[in-house]
Amino acid sequence: MIIKENVQIKIDERLCKRCGICSEFCPQNVFSVRNDGIPQVTAPENCTSCHLCDWRCPDFAITLEVIS
Amino acid sequence: MNRPVGKQFMQGNEACVFAAIDAGARFYAGYPITPSSEIAELCAEFLPQVKGVFLQMEDELGSMAAVIGASAAGTKSFTATSGPGFSLMQENLGMAIYTEVPCVVVNVQRNGPSTALATRPGQGDVMQTRWGTHGDHPIIVLSPSSVQEYYDLTVRAFNLSEKYCTPVIILTDEVIGHMKEDLVIPQLDDLEIINRKVPTQSIEEYRPYQTGDDDIPAIAPFGSDYIVHISSSCHDETGFSNSKPQTADKLVRRLHRKIDRNIEDIVQVEWFGARNADLCIIAYGAVSRTAKQVVVDAEEKGLSVNLLRIITHWPFPDAQVKEALNQAKAVIVAEMNLGQVAQEIQRLNSSHTPIYSLTRIDGEMIIPSQIMSKIEEVMRS
Amino acid sequence: MTTHTHKDFLDQRHLPHIWCPGCGDGIVLRAYTMALAELGLAPKDVVTVTGIGCWGKSDDYVATHALHGTHGRALAYATGVKLGNPDLTVVTLMGDGDAVTIGGNHFIHAARRNIDLTAIVVNNYNYGMTGGQYSATTPLNSKTTTSPLGNAEPGFDICSLAETAGANFVARTTPYHIVSLKNLLKQAITKKGFSVVEVITPCPTYFGRYNINPSPVANMHWLKEKGVPVAKYQQMTEEEQAQHFVIGAFVNKDRPDFYTMYQQINSRNGTEREGER
Repeated sequence: MIIKENVQIKIDERLCKRCGICSEFCPQNVFSVRNDGIPQVTAPENCTSCHLCDWRCPDFAITLEVIS
Repeated sequence: MNRPVGKQFMQGNEACVFAAIDAGARFYAGYPITPSSEIAELCAEFLPQVKGVFLQMEDELGSMAAVIGASAAGTKSFTATSGPGFSLMQENLGMAIYTEVPCVVVNVQRNGPSTALATRPGQGDVMQTRWGTHGDHPIIVLSPSSVQEYYDLTVRAFNLSEKYCTPVIILTDEVIGHMKEDLVIPQLDDLEIINRKVPTQSIEEYRPYQTGDDDIPAIAPFGSDYIVHISSSCHDETGFSNSKPQTADKLVRRLHRKIDRNIEDIVQVEWFGARNADLCIIAYGAVSRTAKQVVVDAEEKGLSVNLLRIITHWPFPDAQVKEALNQAKAVIVAEMNLGQVAQEIQRLNSSHTPIYSLTRIDGEMIIPSQIMSKIEEVMRS
Repeated sequence: MTTHTHKDFLDQRHLPHIWCPGCGDGIVLRAYTMALAELGLAPKDVVTVTGIGCWGKSDDYVATHALHGTHGRALAYATGVKLGNPDLTVVTLMGDGDAVTIGGNHFIHAARRNIDLTAIVVNNYNYGMTGGQYSATTPLNSKTTTSPLGNAEPGFDICSLAETAGANFVARTTPYHIVSLKNLLKQAITKKGFSVVEVITPCPTYFGRYNINPSPVANMHWLKEKGVPVAKYQQMTEEEQAQHFVIGAFVNKDRPDFYTMYQQINSRNGTEREGER
């Protein structure tokens, strides 16, 4: 039985500089981009917690936490 | 290491190395240059014997930087050079002043500018030690005139550097660096050794550049439980960069204040001859030895002459020089440059005492007859 | 032993940082702090030495001991720090200007000396902080604000320079390749002797805008496409190679580091000393 981890992705809008890297390179298309350029988590169920979004965020604006 | 002690006969540069090791120096980084190279060679031989490190860097820019790095890691550090190398060190000399990292820089002056007469003495770097690095900054500069004093002032340079968290320059010259004469090296127990302040705050509250009433920070060494941030950029008490106008103002004013308020501790001069003489010679380093002979010769000729020997170049001995200007009917400033200190003395001359600048820049020593004929010329007028 | 997370190495008080949108510096800093945490180090064990420039500002965001010095001298300070206290882990964060342009002399000698330091060289092919002028890594013909019609000088290959000069560990990667970046940093920091990790990093504001694309996303795509692993690179024609750069670890050897050699040689006794004269 595979239990999917519960993943929480937080975006700190104070730190985000709207570069678009997280949404562009997310392998699972978890993000979409708001009109003002800030990313939003719109498909959290797709997240595999690969961490590419928070690790590649140049602004330390994304926190990805796996809640057990 | 077999530490020499008691009466010794040695070269100035050699005395400097033993003094540095006695003062606790365990790291030297430098680039060989005449007439300072003996200091590097002797450090290469002796530092490993006291678990220290000698490092021959790729240039003087890097030498000064390595000295700062090692000192920031808690190891007393120094370097030695001469004019061309000292020019390259200006960049990081400013860094050491601004970040308050203790270290000692020995400049064995040679004739300048540029490469000039590489093996001949000169005293042309007096103003460079004061203003060589950019921006407003305080500096401590000591000038020995004998092998004994070269030893003593090297120990003192490390002590002042540690006490006030600032680089100290020993400004000597080829003559003092290379001459051999007697000196007495004290027992280690008889030497006063000062080490930099250690923090007393809790780790959580610690701010490396926070100072008490004395204006002197307690900067822990890298690796201690106190996390230390050192920055060449304008920084606040945390050590992190901070570009607020009031931060910039506060820092540089404090750097000056911590030296200015301790002038009496830092400034040293020597008076030689009758204190109330008609004519005062002001000299330093090798030239002051000539001047001493002239004071003795003048007395034999019935002329009233004394010597004010500058030991601390910077901060400048304003009070002592003013005393000379007020006391004497005329002042002769003898130096192996075109009057760098004479101009500084003119700054203090509110009594309008005639100041005669006696200069020599051909790489030869100022000799007694040169000063004596100047005295006779001044006395006639 | 207390374990630390990457956040323990990050001083968040000064965030948001000064870097432009899409600048790779933040990603490299993230990888650096993750590498330190995964190596089991504590902030007090590490001294981060930075130079001057965009990447030179990274000390503002680290919680380790730090020394932010003058332009080009980071390795020289770091050399002193390491010899002043050999127990410390000393890492220099330098840009292409610091490492191989104004500080080129220190770079080759640190490698030759094989001093036990790590150099994380962020190469964005230009001087970002001063407005996008060319550096010693700007490729031939590239446009910068001081080569508006194209650069007449070829750029250094930082890794080849480090290898030739004697470094023990030499690698190249990009912020796009974040996992390999973190792992290469861990290898470099662990390696005794001089280690260099060159990180080809986007500068969308200047070099990217003039030579690739002003969009941060386009610059990341560029890194993804241009950076190829050794095996793939070797199969390319010379023409194809000229259009790409190779990533991975190129040197991994164990030549004794400076301090080890220094102690070994200076432990010889007095008679040996005399005999050598």
